[in-house]
Amino acid sequence: MKRVSVDVAVVGAGPAGLAAALEARRSGAKRVLLIERDAELGGILQQCIHDGFGLHRFGRRMSGNQYAQAFIDEVEASGVEVRLGTMALEVTGARVIYACSKSEGMLEIEAGAVILAMGCRERTANQVLICGDRPAGVLTAGAVQRYVNMEGYLPGSRAVILGSGDIGLIMARRMTLEGIEVKAVYEVMPAPGGLTRNIVQCLDEFNIPLHLSTTVTRVNGRKRVESVAVARVDKNLKPIPGTEETVGCDLLVLAVGLIPENELSRGAGVALDPRTKGPVLDDVFMTSVPGVFACGNVAVVFDLVDYVSQSGEIAARGAVDFIAGGLCRQPQYVPVEAGENVNFVVPQRLRHGCAGARLFLRVKKPLREAVLTCESGGRMLMQKSLRHLAPPEMIAFDLAGRIGDAPVAVSIREVTRE
Amino acid sequence: MNEKQFVCIVCPSGCRLTVWEENGEVKVEGNGCKRGLAHGIGEYTNPMRMLTTTVAIRGGTQPRLPVISSGEIPKEKLSECLAALYGLRFDAPVKCGDVICENICGTGADVVASRSMGRAASKEE
Repeated sequence: MKRVSVDVAVVGAGPAGLAAALEARRSGAKRVLLIERDAELGGILQQCIHDGFGLHRFGRRMSGNQYAQAFIDEVEASGVEVRLGTMALEVTGARVIYACSKSEGMLEIEAGAVILAMGCRERTANQVLICGDRPAGVLTAGAVQRYVNMEGYLPGSRAVILGSGDIGLIMARRMTLEGIEVKAVYEVMPAPGGLTRNIVQCLDEFNIPLHLSTTVTRVNGRKRVESVAVARVDKNLKPIPGTEETVGCDLLVLAVGLIPENELSRGAGVALDPRTKGPVLDDVFMTSVPGVFACGNVAVVFDLVDYVSQSGEIAARGAVDFIAGGLCRQPQYVPVEAGENVNFVVPQRLRHGCAGARLFLRVKKPLREAVLTCESGGRMLMQKSLRHLAPPEMIAFDLAGRIGDAPVAVSIREVTRE
Repeated sequence: MNEKQFVCIVCPSGCRLTVWEENGEVKVEGNGCKRGLAHGIGEYTNPMRMLTTTVAIRGGTQPRLPVISSGEIPKEKLSECLAALYGLRFDAPVKCGDVICENICGTGADVVASRSMGRAASKEE
């Protein structure tokens, strides 16, 4: 088995891993190793041919490919060591990575710090309890995106989409433009999961109906999908008897949510947060295992790639600080508490005495006008007015000032006007 | 007079716009700000869209090359532009930003490669 020793090892070369590897080099790490199981860099951005990326970072609307390419070009010029076609099999709590590749066989990578950037996975049919047959033609939206945008296949001719998250909406437009008839989008919740602008640009624009409080209950077809049954649901999301209808189609596209991919993290003994389904992180995005950091969608499912890159940079600066001995190995933490209207906050805890942090949160429900507050030990750390908040849009902000030893409570209070 | 409804996408408020023409003037109702007014007028008179799609490429690491327009093009020209692109064939390697089709269908916008793509290594197995 080949052994290598590096300062910082990054697992996964999507937007988070690319940003983390670059920032680790910029911050002074000598040997930075980026490992990726795919044959090329860029992760999921490779299949995101649509535009709307990079508004925050580059100030213009880029396609996912253009956004990735900007980082790939920099990585290739940066001195980051890249190993493609290399699959990480195990990460240990002692910061050793076991990986394998076709060209080198087994690899043992000993790292001063490890940055986890494996991204997330799509929920599948098995996770949404659809009954019926198991024919070909039931695919996740991301799989359809890869077939259509990268490999040049059309996986069906008449599609039904379950779930109104952004990937499902983007694929509704994409399939329509490629000549697949999109019959409808069904959403079990009473409100759409994706952004309003995607509903307008991807559905309304092509007269694709969106049926809320409606779900797919059954798949029919022996070899290939022939139809699906859909039904309206009640307040408890249970199908209402007698509302069932059959919709003919040969493709069922599932856009029913994303889950951080933490198989490697669990193996390393990293503590996970049941709400984000990602690691419990601190202000430098270090996990509960000293020297093991996490960023991007493995940490929490973001919606903007700009924030994914930022999280990679935060983790990389933390990792470089860790190997330089600048981080306490057993830090004292204060929790960040999700208060009124806040679903979760990442990072979940801050080091005593740290000089602030970038926080990411999601609200529980849409709020037209609101005030965000961060309080600690009776002290108001910050207050900020916000407008048009909604669960699909993550809120990112900087908490400045030294953090003491009292918990930090983050709340969002609705402002009601006459 | 040929009234149209739009949902404004300038910001997350999602204002519902009603746009119509009156004595040669385009009027907008329901907008919350000036940017919404401009959006409503644009959507009514000359809706513009970015074009993103893929084109066939030979000898590359992937069979499809993603492309993007250098600016917005009139919405009604989208299908014509797509048809024009689908008739073209390219060879790897390509650099991100390389012009794939100049002034596509007379829109004034170029279509460019949105990633770099090298040649595929000869068959590994």
